[in-house]
Amino acid sequence: MSVESGFDPKIVAFMCNWCTYAGADNAGVARMESPHNILAVRVMCSGRVSPEMVIRAFRSGADGVLVMGCHIGDCHYAAGNHRTAKRMPLLRNLLGYVGINPERMELAWVSAGEAPRFVEVTQAFTKKIRNLGPLAQEVTE
Amino acid sequence: MMDAGRHPRIKLMTCSEVVAVSGYMGNYRATIRTKPRYIREDLCVGCLQCIDACVFKKPRFPDEFNMGLGLRKPVYLPFPQATPQVPLIDPENCLQLKTGKCKQGCAEKCERKAVDFEQKEKIQEVQVGTIIVATGFKTVDPHKVPYYGYGKYPNVYTALEAERLVSASGPTEGEVILRDGRKPETVGIIHCVGSRDEKTNRWCSRVCCMYSLKLAHLIREHSGAKIYNFYIDMRTPGKGYEEFYNKLLEEGVQFIRGRVAEVTDWAVKPGEEGKLILRVEDTMIGQVRRIPVDMVVLSTGLESQPDAAKVSALFGLSRSADGFFAEAHPKLRPVETNTDGVFLAGCAQGPRDVPDAVAHAGAAASMAIALLNKGEVTIAPTTAKVVREKCVGCGDCLPVCPYTAISRVEGKAEVNAALCKGCGTCVATCPSGAIEGLHFTDEQLVAQIEGVLT
Repeated sequence: MSVESGFDPKIVAFMCNWCTYAGADNAGVARMESPHNILAVRVMCSGRVSPEMVIRAFRSGADGVLVMGCHIGDCHYAAGNHRTAKRMPLLRNLLGYVGINPERMELAWVSAGEAPRFVEVTQAFTKKIRNLGPLAQEVTE
Repeated sequence: MMDAGRHPRIKLMTCSEVVAVSGYMGNYRATIRTKPRYIREDLCVGCLQCIDACVFKKPRFPDEFNMGLGLRKPVYLPFPQATPQVPLIDPENCLQLKTGKCKQGCAEKCERKAVDFEQKEKIQEVQVGTIIVATGFKTVDPHKVPYYGYGKYPNVYTALEAERLVSASGPTEGEVILRDGRKPETVGIIHCVGSRDEKTNRWCSRVCCMYSLKLAHLIREHSGAKIYNFYIDMRTPGKGYEEFYNKLLEEGVQFIRGRVAEVTDWAVKPGEEGKLILRVEDTMIGQVRRIPVDMVVLSTGLESQPDAAKVSALFGLSRSADGFFAEAHPKLRPVETNTDGVFLAGCAQGPRDVPDAVAHAGAAASMAIALLNKGEVTIAPTTAKVVREKCVGCGDCLPVCPYTAISRVEGKAEVNAALCKGCGTCVATCPSGAIEGLHFTDEQLVAQIEGVLT
């Protein structure tokens, strides 16, 4: 794919230690194919991901940012992801103001048992970012 | 049970429930509500003369322990081995408690003056170090599988009801007598009712195969009836279990592999009149069969208690998809929960049989005692830490903490490291950047982001 379009996106994925990170691990153990574009940053809880971190990822050259955590109700820390669920849509609305297409950021819930879902989410997101093109190009335009 | 009741270091609180829990590992405070028993435990010696002296000369209320198959009086001992051996009075049916007009035969007869109609609900607080949740299970409501006719045909029993019928201390003293007074000549036992079923519960309840075999053996022994077992798969793991299954095969108990489609009283062939007919595909011979029987036993599966959601909120437990309480790790930490100092025992965590539940409870007790004896705990290093110089005391972090680990000390936030689990939600919330998530600090995360991007 990257050869065709000449663009291989870099996607920073914040994964919570208990659900998504374990789900990603399970996907690997099960020999499922997930995109190499996903660059994992492990946090203890998706609630740890501050808006600042997402912006930092974009500033450091990420073409897309995925924030992934446990499903609502399944949070290892009871309600940490409730904060994420409130924060991230707000941040997404504000991204446009700084010249970043809000589509470049996504929040997804993937549990430890959902390896196929992990693959599905990451593949779909990678495809979307690939179609959007490099962030640097968008910002300079 | 008796041993636990007599043990000097075990305080048994019956008729009681936990209504609130606060604190943390080693320092829990539990509020306990005790319902009135109307008989004082400290005075009663368990002579049970009050039961004989009750103004109701004959038992006339359905006995819960016997699944409603037997009768009891308003003053009763729940079951023969009840601990403590103290009867209780049922306020719904007791004349004195209901109307205030009774000769009070029970109180008169009691030499120790233990009957106390003035007893009130009692709320008390206890300080505990650790908590073991052993709230057990509930059997699946057989009405959920209407095609087996429970409640419609009187001779369809649940396994627990059948167990009471074959029990020597049960309402029929071990004689298998049907609701219409007949003795069954043929009995059909349907396995996996509310287990391994897309329509009800998907999991295997683990104990039903073995208790069905036990019932088959006992009903056959007590009544001489011909027994059919309808099963999907026989699951007999455990010491001596497979041997017991083989013994039943030799005894001549019939095993038919197939899921019963329905139980009906619609006789179409001679010999089916007045019987319950089980329609089933015998998958071993690939044929649909009609088997007439006198008695049907539904081997109902196990599911979580109806108030499991309430209990999980009370103790901060999580639940797995099947509704049972979730252990901290399915293989390596089977009795611990994600709340430190709270442990699980028995079927509250998932279906298991008696030996397994005893082992599980033993493990939970050991874990709880080990934690208490050590007196101190090792916590994960990934806790949050407030940099006091930076904290402006806005208090934004206080409501976001799922563990209420943050408090305001002298106008500034402070994290109780024993309570903090290190999720970092407060770190991301703090507008002044005054909270550090140890091992997941902003600098470390930024370095990681930059690291993966280059």
